[in-house]
Amino acid sequence: MPDELLHLENIKKYFGLRGGVPWRQAQAVKAVDDVSFVVRKGETVGLVGESGSGKSTLARVATRLLDPTAGRVEIGGVDVTKVSGRKLRPVRRKVQMVFQDPQASLNPRQSVGTILTTPFRAQGIRPTKIQLVELLEQVGLSAEHLDRYPHEFSGGQRQRIGIARALSVQPELLVCDEPVSALDVSIQAQVLNLLADLRDELGLSYVLVAHDLAVVRQVASRIAVMYLGTIVEEGPAAEVYDHPAHPYTRALLSAVPVPEPGAVRDRIVLTGDVPTPISPPSGCPFRTRCYKAEDICSTKRLVLEAVAGSNEHKAACYLPEI
Amino acid sequence: MSSSVAGAVSPTRLALRRVRRDRSARAGVALVVGLIVVAAAAPLLVKLAGQDAYTYHIDLLDPARGNAPKGAIGGVSGDHWFGVEPLTGRDLFSIVVLGLRTSLFIAVVVTLITTVVGTLVGISAAYFGGWYDAVVSRLVDFLFGFPQLVFMIALGIIVPGGFPRWLLLILVLSVFGWAGLARLIRNQARSLVAREFVEAARSVGSSGWHVVTRELLPNLLGPVLVVATMAVPGYIGAEAALSFLGVGVPPPTPSLGRSISDSIAWVYTGADPWFLVFPGAALFLAVLGFTLLGDSVRDAFDVRLRRAN
Ligand SMILES: Nc1ncnc2c1ncn2[C@@H]1O[C@H](COP(=O)(O)OP(=O)(O)OP(=O)(O)O)[C@@H](O)[C@H]1O
Ligand SMILES: [Mg+2]
Repeated sequence: MPDELLHLENIKKYFGLRGGVPWRQAQAVKAVDDVSFVVRKGETVGLVGESGSGKSTLARVATRLLDPTAGRVEIGGVDVTKVSGRKLRPVRRKVQMVFQDPQASLNPRQSVGTILTTPFRAQGIRPTKIQLVELLEQVGLSAEHLDRYPHEFSGGQRQRIGIARALSVQPELLVCDEPVSALDVSIQAQVLNLLADLRDELGLSYVLVAHDLAVVRQVASRIAVMYLGTIVEEGPAAEVYDHPAHPYTRALLSAVPVPEPGAVRDRIVLTGDVPTPISPPSGCPFRTRCYKAEDICSTKRLVLEAVAGSNEHKAACYLPEI
Repeated sequence: MSSSVAGAVSPTRLALRRVRRDRSARAGVALVVGLIVVAAAAPLLVKLAGQDAYTYHIDLLDPARGNAPKGAIGGVSGDHWFGVEPLTGRDLFSIVVLGLRTSLFIAVVVTLITTVVGTLVGISAAYFGGWYDAVVSRLVDFLFGFPQLVFMIALGIIVPGGFPRWLLLILVLSVFGWAGLARLIRNQARSLVAREFVEAARSVGSSGWHVVTRELLPNLLGPVLVVATMAVPGYIGAEAALSFLGVGVPPPTPSLGRSISDSIAWVYTGADPWFLVFPGAALFLAVLGFTLLGDSVRDAFDVRLRRAN
């Protein structure tokens, strides 16, 4: 499809527990295990899941920071799975990442001006000061911040600088890996609003990674729910919120405070620990913690299937809620 | 925020400012600069003293005391400021300042080479990883396990006399010297490589060279500077030791190490302990200066050098 910005097909990313030697890699962490994922122009896709479910790994594969163990990465309709080095530059520009930890994502030894100059330099361009100031103003900072160093900023300001850097190469898609989880609650909304404003101004698309559904609720047009390296449910945001099909999604949703007063949602408390991604359960990965699990759930790994009455809304469950 | 009142200052510049304010650093800098000036101007100083390092002054020696210098303090006089060498009567001041010149030159050049090579190899091994890192790490292990001293002595014997010794010394010390720094920098850089700013640079398409020199190197400047300043006295000592063992710069070129080596017998017999004092003091001051400087650089950059595993 021409309007597909990002197309991930059957992506697997396994980390060898002991690096280097092939005969020891039998024990691999299956961080992402057969995930297909598409982002179209203008979309904001929320990628939700507990800690360790493989969200950051998938984000890094999408931005070509990590090579997938198997599968295909297409950016703007071009297969870039095997492309590397210099040839990758013009393509990867289109997909940029905003990182989780604004402290670690800015080089402490570089001034903001230098940090923002780096992306231009990588393309062989010498940016004017006006260009750099424009970038800063786009994210709500100003020219006076250009000569400052990261340690002089608050967390929210640092994240703004990280966003400005990502914008400098004029990307079409921003992959934001838990962009606000390291920030004070009072500042989270400001940064999320900034992202929403930028989307409208610049016609950006987003993948918004979060570990709870509350953060993506206001901004996402589509939602994908990850559990133990796989996507267990995805679909239009409203449908997933109102009619979650997968028990795991229901459990996540039940933890989100209900906006309208009076309304009560049954709280589903998940018991047990997340199984290790080294040897995930057979069949449905969620069955060990699922409140409806039956024998059939341990038989075979499911693929995402359309939920009754919809073709956009898909879930991987033997016993869907609807 | 006091820092914003003073204007934005980079962390590196802040650290250098701390070095400048530190008293023992200033003493170290004064010593180092002083010795470098002396070393650089050594031929001039020797001319000023009206002497050279090669002329024998047999008349100044006392055959009755085994050709030790006549007079007090090793024969110090208006002509011979540090006295003369026993047995030959050569001017000791000339020998010391020219010897200092040789030692400092070799030590500084070796330090420059090993610092540049060790830093680049260490950072790139951490950043690129994989087989390159494996090869570098094995090579470093190999160089560490290698019996350097024996090798250098053997090499000193094998290499034809026509090959300039100072160049041989620089080459050999450099070949073995970069490994320690490379290992240390590699281990420090490994934790940096995992930081997100490195990924950020990669995702906008920065080259490996850019990441190594612009993103990683500035964060490792502290350890690099500390190791480099601490390395200089080490190489001064190494050059002296090799000259002491007779595989350094050959006579009659002055060398602090060889002078000290020669002096031991005179100290031992008590015939002329001053022969040790002057070259020994020069060596001591050089080592002290760089060590003081290195110490305060370490404090200023707050470098905790982890023990290389
Ligand atoms: N470089 C790596 N080497 C080995 N294992 C890794 C590596 N990176 C991630 N993993 C493992 O892969 C799994 C998925 O990690 P990932 O960081 O993608 O999860 P996440 O969903 O982003 O979690 P969080 O919400 O905590 O950020 C985890 O079990 C993690 O330990
Ligand atoms: Mg993560």
